Order: sequence, then C-alpha cells, then structure tokens
Amino acid sequence: MTLRTSRSARTGQYLALLAYLVFLAFPFLWLISTAFKPPRELGSLHPTWIPENPTLDNFRQAFDEQPLLEAALNSLTAALSAALIAVVIATPMAYVMARHRNKLSAAATGWVVVSQAFPFVLVIIPLFLILKNLHLINSLAGLIMVYVVWSLPFALWMLVGYVRAVPHELEEAAAVDGASRLRTLVSVTAPLLAPGIVATALFAFITAWNEFFFALVLLKTPSMQTLPVVLTHFLGAEGVADLGPLAAAAFLATLPSLVVFVLIQKRITGGMMAGAVKA
Amino acid sequence: MTLETAKARSGRGPGSGRGPSSGKKSSSAGKSSSGAWFLVLPALIPILVLSVGPLLYGIALAFTDSQSGRTTPTQWTGLLNFQDLLHDTLFWESFRIGLFWAVGVTVPQFLLALGLALLLNQNLRFRWLARALAIIPWAMPEVVVGIMWRLVYNPDAGILNETVRDLGLGDGRDWLTGLATALPAVILVGIWAGMPQTTVALLAGLQNTPHELHEAAALDGAGAWRRFRTVTWPAVKPVALAITALNFIWNFNSFALVYVLTNGGPGGRTRLPMLFAYEQAFRYGQFGYAAAMGCVMVAAISVMLAFYLVGRLKGGDDR
Repeated sequence: MTLRTSRSARTGQYLALLAYLVFLAFPFLWLISTAFKPPRELGSLHPTWIPENPTLDNFRQAFDEQPLLEAALNSLTAALSAALIAVVIATPMAYVMARHRNKLSAAATGWVVVSQAFPFVLVIIPLFLILKNLHLINSLAGLIMVYVVWSLPFALWMLVGYVRAVPHELEEAAAVDGASRLRTLVSVTAPLLAPGIVATALFAFITAWNEFFFALVLLKTPSMQTLPVVLTHFLGAEGVADLGPLAAAAFLATLPSLVVFVLIQKRITGGMMAGAVKA
Repeated sequence: MTLETAKARSGRGPGSGRGPSSGKKSSSAGKSSSGAWFLVLPALIPILVLSVGPLLYGIALAFTDSQSGRTTPTQWTGLLNFQDLLHDTLFWESFRIGLFWAVGVTVPQFLLALGLALLLNQNLRFRWLARALAIIPWAMPEVVVGIMWRLVYNPDAGILNETVRDLGLGDGRDWLTGLATALPAVILVGIWAGMPQTTVALLAGLQNTPHELHEAAALDGAGAWRRFRTVTWPAVKPVALAITALNFIWNFNSFALVYVLTNGGPGGRTRLPMLFAYEQAFRYGQFGYAAAMGCVMVAAISVMLAFYLVGRLKGGDDR
C-alpha cells in the first residue's frame, strides 16, 4: 500500500483489528483454560482466565467417561476413507469437467451448485431408508459412502479450478512428442495437479472429521459413533454437563482438523477462488 | 438426453486435429467419448445413487404417509402432508425463527467479515496473526464450537457472566435458557462460526481489485469512503453477492450448532426448521411429514434467493 494513511486512521485500524482478534480468539482460549481447571475452580463463582492449579485430570476423566479412543478411531477411519475415495473418483470427473465443455459438464456444475441448497433433512430420510435396506445403518461403511458423496461438490469445485490452472498447451506438447493420452495424463498432468489433489483430500478429511448430522442419524451404537456424536454425550440430560472433561475432550477433538487446516490454509483459499472465478 | 449430446459433442472429429496447430477445440475433442465416460462414471454413479436419487425419493416421500417401523405398506396421500403443514402453527413458528436466525446471522456476519477483510487487506503489523486466528472457527467441528460457547455462556463458570460482574453490570444471567436471550445468544455463535469463510472469500475478492485505480482515485482527492464505493465495492460485489446467498442457505439449513447449544429450547425459542424436521423424522418417525417440511424449506429458499439475486443484479445495472 502506497496510499498515505493518517496516523489517527492507522490507530483506529489497529484498534479495530485488536477487537476482531479478541472476538475471534477468546472462546477458544476459554475452552483451553476450562480444560485445565480442577473441579474446585470450575465450581467457583469467580472463574479466572488462567487456571490457578492447572491439572490434567480432566483429560484422564474424559477418557474414562466416554469411549474417546474408539470414537477417534472411528472418525479417523471414516474421514480418511471418505477423503481418499472422494479424491480418487472426483479427480477424473473434474478433469473432464474442466477440459470438455459439454452438457454433462454443465449438468455436473449445476448439481454442484444446487446440492448446496438442499436441506439435509430432505436427503437424510431417503438415505436412511436406502442404507437400512442395504443393512448399512450403524456401520462406518454406510457413513463413508454418504461422506464421499457429500464432499464431492466442493471437491469437484476445487479440482476443476486446479485442472484449469494446468496449461493445456503442456498436454498438447506432450502429444506432439508422441506421448499417448494416458502417458500424458500420468506424467504431465498428474504431477502438476498433485498439490491441488492433496489439498482437496485434506479438506475433504476435515469436513468428514467435523461432520455431525449424518453421523447422529446413521450411527446408533456408542461403539460405532464418531467423535462429534460422542462429544454430545458429555452434555448429559438437561444440559447438566461435567465442564472439565467436556472441555478437555472438545479441545482434543479439534486438534487434528486444526493441524490439517493450518497445513492447507493457503491452498484452500486459493482453490476456492480458482473454482469460483472461472466456473 | 445429456448422454446423447455429450457423446455427440466430445466425439466430434475423431482422429482428426491432434496436430500442434489444432488449438483449443481439438484438445477437448481429442479424447474419445468412451474415455471421457470412463473418467466420469466413478463419480457419476455415487452422485446418482446417493444424491440425486435420494433427493427425488425424498420429494416423493413428501406425498406419502411413510412412517418408521410401520408394518402396513406406505401409501400415496397426495397433498395431505402439505395441508397438515399449512395448519401446523408449531412449524410456521419454527419457520419464522429459522428466517430470523438466517437473516440475523448472515447480515452481521457479512458486515463484520467485510470490515475484517478490509483490515487484512491493509499493510498492518500482526496481520499474519489475525489471518491465522480468523481461520480457527472454520477448522473446528461445529459440535466443538457449540460446546465452547456453552462454556462461555455458562451462568456460573462462564467468562461472559464473570465479565458482566466485573464491569458491574449486574449478576449476569443464564443466556441460553432465558426466553429473551436464547435466540440472540445463539445468533452470536452463528456469526462467529461463519466469519472465516466469508472473510476469506471477500479478501480474495478485494485482492482482485485493481490497485492502480485505488491510487488514481486517491490522487484525484477521493476520500476513503468514496474510494470504497467507486473502486472497491464494484470489484468485490460479485463475490459479496455469492457469499451472502450461500451463507443464507447454509444458515437456514444449519443444525449442529443449535442442537448442541440449546437443542431448540427454551420452549422452542431456538427450534430451527432443521431441528423441527429432525425431531419429526427421527424422534416421532414421521418420515413423510418431515420430507414435506424439507420440500417447503427448499421452495421457500429458492423463492427468496431468486428475489434477492434478481434485485441485487438489477441494482447493479442502475448505477
């Protein structure tokens, strides 16, 4: 920015930025603070920001109260499988959508947009009935199938943008050099596309890891449930919750998606816009 | 229909025009149509079976008396569900709350995000920190966001009441169970949770604005507000339009946040349409009736969005 900004305006900007920082950060800091507080401090009428006697008991208790490890394993299985399958089937389709302008591509783009507008309830009832007939209720396999389809619109959206970013002149050059179609895809297009594919997979991983509604409806047995569903069990009846373990478990459940998100932050925003600008 | 045409198009001029001079068209026609189908099918089949199919099935269910765990076969009942829905005051109350929530979240969210995006677009110190923090709500599971804010709102151990007490503004209250405070409290969480996506989208839009124009306008003596109106806003407007429309849809259909925060309470004050439909379907087993609710929600959203987008696009032409 070469525009001159007056000193008072600058001060105002910093104050506004500070206000935003406080608003965005304080709930998360409070979660962490609560997670490390002993019961006596949690019952106190004058809670403090920094625990006076920080403790790890809440974490131990959280694992005792609910099958967190099992749930984390379920979440990991569901999210990893869904992300991998989604990327494997979405990449070829995105390639066709980006390189071929035909009715099929138009229809697929239309579906990507329209699928955002439908309330899940209209889809979940039929899905529930279909999966029930296939005996896939209460199984991770059923949930993974739902997650794959559910993450496809955004995956396609991002991948189409990434494919368009690969200059097709490169592919043509390879063809001129005598490379077959498959050879071109494998040794020219795929390497250039790889970072985008990884980013898309990680994003699909996060959405599946965080998902709640489908898991709530489709998984009934506690040992089959994913982390977000198990977390709600801490809330107990009538909202009377054991705050310490609740905070500890919630904090732990966030870490994986937070770490992954930091890794791909730049690519996500770039990919989102690449799809948006050109689609 | 799409099948035929797709084949016809991509099959154009097979074998021809693979030379270097053939340009764009050949690159799309270069691959045989069977190749394209081979690439598309792995994604197309799941989409048809698990998305398009269920959607149509769901719409069909709205015209039946489908219930869970029933032994008699499901029957067509025509518009009966919709007639019942018309007289269901609880549903319309929930619908009204849903609209209030969707607008109440989307509008402030947009304004706050626009402010933050404008700040982040400036050359400020600590910008990196703000960018990193602004992303946090995005990465969190919605359930965790709900839990986190329950800790903030907690009447005794929550930081909000403690701050209220410190500032001498009284004893604080039980925000999430108070009839008057529950919906605003939930809306605040909705705003917080959706800010990152909106900010990131707007920021990307801002970075597309031509920098030279900004400087030229400044040289001509245009103030900050005028520069914003004449240079910045026209450039971000398409992004702004798209993201508010999407936010509205997402917010109207949102579920997990409120499920965790209040589960629709107190006294149904925060019972969003999705929560209502979920209860009908999976607590009372009224599949047909819940599907009818879903149809009404889709129809309402489509109509409102059409008005919004048409109105906004027209407004753009006037200037």
